[in-house]
Amino acid sequence: MRFIFKTDYAQDIKLAKHPGHVFWYGALLLLLLAAPWLFAEYWLAQLTFVLIYAVAGLGLMLLAGFTGLFSLGHAAFLGVGAYTQAVLTNAGLPFPVALACAAGLSAAVGVVVGLPALRVKGIYLGMATLAFGFIVEEIFARWESVTGGNAGIHIKAPDMFGFKLASGEAFYFLCLLITVVATLGILNLLRSPTGRAFVAIRDSEISAQSMGIHLARYKTLSFALSAALAGIAGALYAHKLQFISPDQFSILQSIDLLLMIVIGGVGSVHGAFLGAVFLISMPQAIALTKDYLPAAIGQAPGLQAAVYGMVLIAFVLFEPLGLYGRWLKIRTYLQLFPFYRKGMFKRQKSFQKSDRLK
Amino acid sequence: MQFLQLLISGIAQGCIYGLIALGFVLIYKATETVSFAQGELMMLGAFTGLAGMSLLGFPFWLAVLSAIAGMALFGMLLERLVIRPILGQPAFSIVMLTIGVGYTARGLITMIPGIGTETYVLPVPYKDQIWSVGALVINIEQVAIIGSTAVLCLMLFALFKYSKLGIAMQASSQNQLAAYYMGIPVKRLNGLVWGLAAAVAAIAGLLLAPITFVHANMGFIGLKAFPAAVVGGFSSLPGAIVGGLVIGLVESLSGFYLPDGFKDVAAYIVVLIMLMVKPNGLFGEKLRKKV
Repeated sequence: MRFIFKTDYAQDIKLAKHPGHVFWYGALLLLLLAAPWLFAEYWLAQLTFVLIYAVAGLGLMLLAGFTGLFSLGHAAFLGVGAYTQAVLTNAGLPFPVALACAAGLSAAVGVVVGLPALRVKGIYLGMATLAFGFIVEEIFARWESVTGGNAGIHIKAPDMFGFKLASGEAFYFLCLLITVVATLGILNLLRSPTGRAFVAIRDSEISAQSMGIHLARYKTLSFALSAALAGIAGALYAHKLQFISPDQFSILQSIDLLLMIVIGGVGSVHGAFLGAVFLISMPQAIALTKDYLPAAIGQAPGLQAAVYGMVLIAFVLFEPLGLYGRWLKIRTYLQLFPFYRKGMFKRQKSFQKSDRLK
Repeated sequence: MQFLQLLISGIAQGCIYGLIALGFVLIYKATETVSFAQGELMMLGAFTGLAGMSLLGFPFWLAVLSAIAGMALFGMLLERLVIRPILGQPAFSIVMLTIGVGYTARGLITMIPGIGTETYVLPVPYKDQIWSVGALVINIEQVAIIGSTAVLCLMLFALFKYSKLGIAMQASSQNQLAAYYMGIPVKRLNGLVWGLAAAVAAIAGLLLAPITFVHANMGFIGLKAFPAAVVGGFSSLPGAIVGGLVIGLVESLSGFYLPDGFKDVAAYIVVLIMLMVKPNGLFGEKLRKKV
């Protein structure tokens, strides 16, 4: 068992809580750095997708997991980033400039969408973001002079001031760098007053407000940051696929992103990564097991949707804290062995009262 | 004449949206949760009706009634199996859960070999019959939709207004704990509400089937019913129908008078404006949240 005695505040907010953290995250980083030499090209491409989705997941996690605002239209931000990147890169701008523009435009759109969030909450906010997602998807499809319409648009390889990052390995390192920076940024944000304000808003808007937190400003900020991360992820996504079309940013993509953070574990940074790993590896796992199933099940077109649905139901019912929650339980079990009790992570039930009549 | 024709098709389409929105509102009113599986329940209802008519060879009315009854039972079963265990959890869990239910239903229907990927026409007796009133051409299918929606709406209104059951449902929606203390069987009521919502979805599916087709992805129309529910106010039964009519009419008129592409997003533009101007909807209760 490990006891951490905290003696000052700086220790309390340190990112690495104990030497174990330094060791294991260092090992993970080394593994990721060595990945191009360890894995075949196909798996490296999948790993790149994991990183890209993790960045988008971090954004959604900040909004949904830490500020408590649920967005059903997050694919729209992904799309804004992807299309901005595509148009600017094809116009000949270097990668960092285009990326900054993609993030900035997404953030600006996020602020606009965040405006209704100041008036409505809960399911109404979901509706507003859902409606926004549909409208943006339609704009992608109809604004043919810029987006190429339903035929889609090709995007050139990222251009680092003259260096073309055409190979998969180079692009992987680029994604890795951006992911690490984004993760550290989010972690740093969460231990700052701003991040704590987000968490306070999530837990109770009224108490947050009475503690002097400016709800409108922080909610808008949360939307902007979340959208910017989604925009960055979208830009990387566009480069990775080299071809984007409006149907990649539909409601199904938004639901995939939500599914990712719910399965990963809402309210934890780890959850975004675990969810991304799940989201990318699930189709692979299904494809691998397909051959062993009877043809009537294995070859059926709806198999993936059915499996996704059932996994989602199972997680909400049995593991509401997600994959990260499961890991926390295992870790606590090992740390406290043999004193672990079943009820330690039990959810508190609350009787439902109407939001309308409180 | 053109305008009247558009009006009628808009109303018929709006009634479908309204019917699906009724399902949302029923569940929202009684349990304060939102079901994203409503569109898929509608799809299941249409498939059940289709199975009754073509596979089992039931006559039309028997097939319709058995589909509605079957879906009501399915709704109750769904509530018992997956919704009830997470009663008292944050609303977002239930939203994700119903999204999962929708995915599963769509996936499983698609997986049925040879049936799931096809589109079907529901063989209703009033198929392709037309009334001509002057220069106006009215589809019986549209009349059927409008008529059944009106009847259903009246019945539900009466249920919530006058019956003990409806009043108990309203009570449990306002405060579950207090409803328990008053001796209202809240859990059983929730089951009934889900059954009722699934039955309404089945009716919507059976009414929609002759106009579009029966296929696994027809549930996506449920996403258009959300704007209807929001426009009408999420907690008002007549609001759902009115909201549906508004959305249906806007869609039908913008499809004709506005440039291409507006038809598909008109509903969402309306709902965004509504949320900014009047977040509680047309018929929503004006209540403020207190600490």
